[in-house]
Amino acid sequence: MIKIDINKKLHGSNADMQLKVDLEIKENEFVALSGESGSGKTTLLRVLAGLEEAEGTIQVGSQIWQDSKSSLAPQKREIGFVFQDYALFDNMSVGQNLLFVNKDQNLCDHLLSITGMSELKKRSPNTLSGGQKQRVSLCRAMMKRPKLLLMDEPLSALDPYMRSKLQREILTLHKEFGTTTIMVSHDPSEIYRLSSRVIVLNQGQIINDGSAKDILLKTTGSAKFSFKGELLEIVKVDVIYIAIISIAQQLVEVVITADQAKSLSVGSIVNVSTKAFSPTITL
Amino acid sequence: MLEILQNLNLTPFLLSFKLASITTLILFVISLPLAWYLSQTTSKIKPFLEAITALPLVLPPSVLGFYILISLSQNSPVGSFFNEHFNVSLVFNFSGLVIASCFYSLPFMVQPLQSGFEHINKSMLEASYISGKSKFETLLRVALPNIKPSLLTAIVVTFAHTVGEFGVVLMVGGSIPDETKVASVAIYEMVEIMDYQNAHIYSAIMVLMSFLVLLSVYMFNSKQNNKFAGFHK
Repeated sequence: MIKIDINKKLHGSNADMQLKVDLEIKENEFVALSGESGSGKTTLLRVLAGLEEAEGTIQVGSQIWQDSKSSLAPQKREIGFVFQDYALFDNMSVGQNLLFVNKDQNLCDHLLSITGMSELKKRSPNTLSGGQKQRVSLCRAMMKRPKLLLMDEPLSALDPYMRSKLQREILTLHKEFGTTTIMVSHDPSEIYRLSSRVIVLNQGQIINDGSAKDILLKTTGSAKFSFKGELLEIVKVDVIYIAIISIAQQLVEVVITADQAKSLSVGSIVNVSTKAFSPTITL
Repeated sequence: MLEILQNLNLTPFLLSFKLASITTLILFVISLPLAWYLSQTTSKIKPFLEAITALPLVLPPSVLGFYILISLSQNSPVGSFFNEHFNVSLVFNFSGLVIASCFYSLPFMVQPLQSGFEHINKSMLEASYISGKSKFETLLRVALPNIKPSLLTAIVVTFAHTVGEFGVVLMVGGSIPDETKVASVAIYEMVEIMDYQNAHIYSAIMVLMSFLVLLSVYMFNSKQNNKFAGFHK
């Protein structure tokens, strides 16, 4: 069990705000931390890692990481941290990056093979792609066999294909090492696939806490599904009009009436939803 | 021509290089923690430390030389302490030159190192702390190897600058042959006695060597910047 009760004044881009988080996380839980930028997600991770100071207490299992009297240095906390910008040691090869943490050759080889990086063990980080770099960063974080794995938007710079591959690897490692994981993410499919619990921060406060399903499903009323998309073009085919809409990097066609064709303008954001089997489209 | 070169007294050059080597070594040891501290701290004393460090850049060498002379002379507390306890004098000898050069060349060592440290990706250092490594180990194994160009610049420029110093050396060391008469002072004296031939040779040697040293630094640095395509051992 991880108990977090911290308080920290933040200088946000708009105004100063108070980061106030009181939270209990079960062992082996996979928590996704979501919320607008500037809501305090990264700061929370950094406070947990001991990289930033805050008032309050942090208790992991029976160990006190921070209380009113003392704070454990980052070196002494059993954490792995995956940075958004990878933060690999450029002067070391992939293998040396891992062995820097812990000289366990077997663990190093094992981690590299799980992530399909064995062939690249001797390569310099500067020669790797973004996805490969983030794999090295992930492996390096696991070399300590951390109790708590913290990831700050680890996949946000990667393309969708690479993302889903790495998501599977993260899940594999999370399960195999039995870590408790907290991951900052904005991607609903990522959150849904990985996390057992979602915490949404806003202005430094927790505004939502629950399962991914409860928090992310956004259909309202009797709609079976509902997506936001951008109207790209309206084409007239014989007597009907077809709207071409871009939804999450996919294009779909929806038949609309002549009246709708007149009232809709290209470039606007529309809601595409369906009740039963006839798609309807609204602004 | 060959005869002239054979009769050339190379002691002033050897003295210059000995002085520069020792000064560079001492300054490296002193500046490494100082530059690291300056690059990491947010303390209010940082600007004061930076200003003091940079002073030798703007002060006339005569001012620096004057204060060093005063504070190291046998009448000063420091000078008399060394004289009584170790029976050494700190002015008009080689030790005095080393101390004076360390003050004079300090910014040339500190500033490139500090700038190198400041440009390191901060999360790289944090990743090292989280990996369980102390600040000292992080400095040696992560920070230093990642600022190789700055490191080389700091060392070479400090060395070259010490070889090239004149005013401070003259004031603190005088011109004692085989003891404090370094190349720059020797050239000054040759010009004074209108020995232009030897002054020419000495000066040409200085120009050539300085150029070669700087050239090798810049060549190394441009190579370093292109390097990141290879395999590690």
